[in-house]
Amino acid sequence: MIQLETAVIRRHLPMGADYRLLEMETPRISDAVRPGQFIHLLVPQSAGLTLRRPFSVFRSESGRLSVLYKLVGVGTAAMQALREGDSVSLMGPLGNGFPAAAAGAFPVLVAGGYGVAPLYFLAQRLASKGRLFVGAATSADLLCLDDFRELGWPVTIATQDGSVGVAGLVTAALDAWLAAEGKGRSLEFFACGPNGMLKAVGGRAIDRGDKGWLSLDRHMGCGAGACLACVQKVRKSGAETWARVCKDGPIFEARDVVWDEPGLGENKP
Amino acid sequence: MTSPTALPFKTDLSLELAGLRLRNPVMVASGTFGYGPEYADVVDLNRLGAIVVKGISLEPWTGNRTPRLHEVTGGLLNAIGLQNPGAEGFIATYLPFLRKYDVPVVVNIWGRAVEDYVRVAERLSSEPGIHALEVNISCPNIKEGGISFGTRVDLASQVIGAVRKVTRLPLIIKLSPNVSDIRPFARAAADEGADAISLINSFPAMAIDIETRRPVLANVTGGLSGAAIHPIAVKLVYEAAQAVSIPIIAMGGIRSAQEAVEFLIAGASAVAVGTATFADPQACLRVIEGLEAYLVRHRIASVRELIRTVRL
Ligand SMILES: Cc1cc2nc3c(=O)[nH]c(=O)nc-3n(C[C@H](O)[C@H](O)[C@H](O)COP(=O)(O)OP(=O)(O)OC[C@H]3O[C@@H](n4cnc5c(N)ncnc54)[C@H](O)[C@@H]3O)c2cc1C
Ligand SMILES: Cc1cc2nc3c(=O)[nH]c(=O)nc-3n(C[C@H](O)[C@H](O)[C@H](O)COP(=O)(O)O)c2cc1C
Ligand code: FES
Repeated sequence: MIQLETAVIRRHLPMGADYRLLEMETPRISDAVRPGQFIHLLVPQSAGLTLRRPFSVFRSESGRLSVLYKLVGVGTAAMQALREGDSVSLMGPLGNGFPAAAAGAFPVLVAGGYGVAPLYFLAQRLASKGRLFVGAATSADLLCLDDFRELGWPVTIATQDGSVGVAGLVTAALDAWLAAEGKGRSLEFFACGPNGMLKAVGGRAIDRGDKGWLSLDRHMGCGAGACLACVQKVRKSGAETWARVCKDGPIFEARDVVWDEPGLGENKP
Repeated sequence: MTSPTALPFKTDLSLELAGLRLRNPVMVASGTFGYGPEYADVVDLNRLGAIVVKGISLEPWTGNRTPRLHEVTGGLLNAIGLQNPGAEGFIATYLPFLRKYDVPVVVNIWGRAVEDYVRVAERLSSEPGIHALEVNISCPNIKEGGISFGTRVDLASQVIGAVRKVTRLPLIIKLSPNVSDIRPFARAAADEGADAISLINSFPAMAIDIETRRPVLANVTGGLSGAAIHPIAVKLVYEAAQAVSIPIIAMGGIRSAQEAVEFLIAGASAVAVGTATFADPQACLRVIEGLEAYLVRHRIASVRELIRTVRL
């Protein structure tokens, strides 16, 4: 059930230059939310924005919920002004969330940028430990890896500038590991990050015959399934159709996602 | 002992509009509230004046490519492209849900030719649980019809007349704001037997990403809605009210009771909340409460006394 709740800011911390951790007291949403779900946050009204902003849930415990956000534009810039004790309106929990992990499969998490946020929440709640692969542009975009290590998860890092870990894309690091340790094992992929990464990880899952759960990021309006702004082309019972990322997603199985954008919606009568 | 003067002042929000009995004059606008279930967790649909669902065509329609929505100063651009499950899809998937509520259901319809409008109107008119049709002749996104029906009086008359012949449901005609004079369109609706008009739809508009020099929306252009269009809508409602006596349902940038009251004074009998729902899903409820508070504060016994009362 979707709820509207006034959340009180409890902590608001810088995480490097471009990221912030926002912890909010929001008992009803916090209790109900599952990994992979997100909240729709009403940016303080002085910013004069028309739309809320969606953020994946990073942590949720004891009535408190955190998000990890990147400063990218007007909304996230305005959010920086939130202080301890201030309140914000949240709508949530939204979206389908990750499915329960398949029994016997080894969880492989692949994150790009703030994609670590929902995957950390997932790792916390998974019954069995797996491995995290994380890709970033530079070391400054690497977030909360210690949190994963505290859970006892091994972490493999790839940075595009080679400042930490493997130099290059996270898929290169993933491929090396799959070649060395993936043979004959049943894996289950969970990924959140840029579309190129999701497509690549989904491709690996499909090629191996494993499940691949991808968390998609789409510009959103309502966040509740009402406006049809956030659609993604998917395969459903053999036919191609639009799914609403906010309501039917944001998590989709790799085989269901149709990546070629044009086609559907050409509106040829 | 309480003295009579201390009794709380009671005001009446109910009214009859185009044969619909509304518990209050606040509706939710087509395309911004889905088909009912989407916001039902956070809005008790039974508190609404009416629910106006997203536009329905006879056949399912896939709509435009993404991005379909873009925020701009004072509102947003949308080019959803009227994606919808078609009349049969709506009837099978959503109507059973809506029938469980005690709220007038207004189905917004559209087509690309007069025949499309007629057939979808006919199909929906035979279904219990639909209380009125709102005919969208003003969607700015579909080249093949919407815009030309809504911007040429002769074509508008043709559609309205044809739909009128096939339905006994109350007929609301949703007008385009993209015309130099709204009055002939309002008159055409009244002359062809419409029970009410609604205005305004979103304005054709465009935004460009200056880094890539490409239009932000995949559809290149989209409709502007939200706070920015409210004063234009007030003017158009005011002008339409001078041209016709059939009731007007006003929408365009309502965010609080302030804008709703303005519309009623300008000449509307009811209003619809659209874009504001995205920031505050309960905006419609706030508008109802604020309207009631306004009437009480001004000691107005019924909302009906507020309609068309602009002092010049
Ligand atoms: C389900 C979901 C979960 C998300 N989780 C997180 C999270 O955990 N942490 C986080 O930092 N961000 C997350 N995002 C993205 C976040 O919502 C956007 O970064 C934020 O809305 C930008 O707001 P803004 O006003 O600062 O930027 P704007 O000024 O609105 O935009 C700045 C730039 O970013 C682009 N942009 C805006 N929104 C998006 C989007 N959704 N996808 C791609 N590009 C966009 C704009 O086109 C523009 O170029 C998530 C998005 C979705 C859909
Ligand atoms: C995302 C979106 C979808 C819409 N879809 C429809 C539609 O299907 N049919 C229609 O007649 N109007 C549609 N509209 C127009 C609204 O019903 C309303 O007339 C307009 O947005 C102005 O009101 P507002 O400023 O309160 O949003 C849509 C508007 C938006 C923002
Ligand atoms: S954001 Fe409105 S339907 Fe997904």
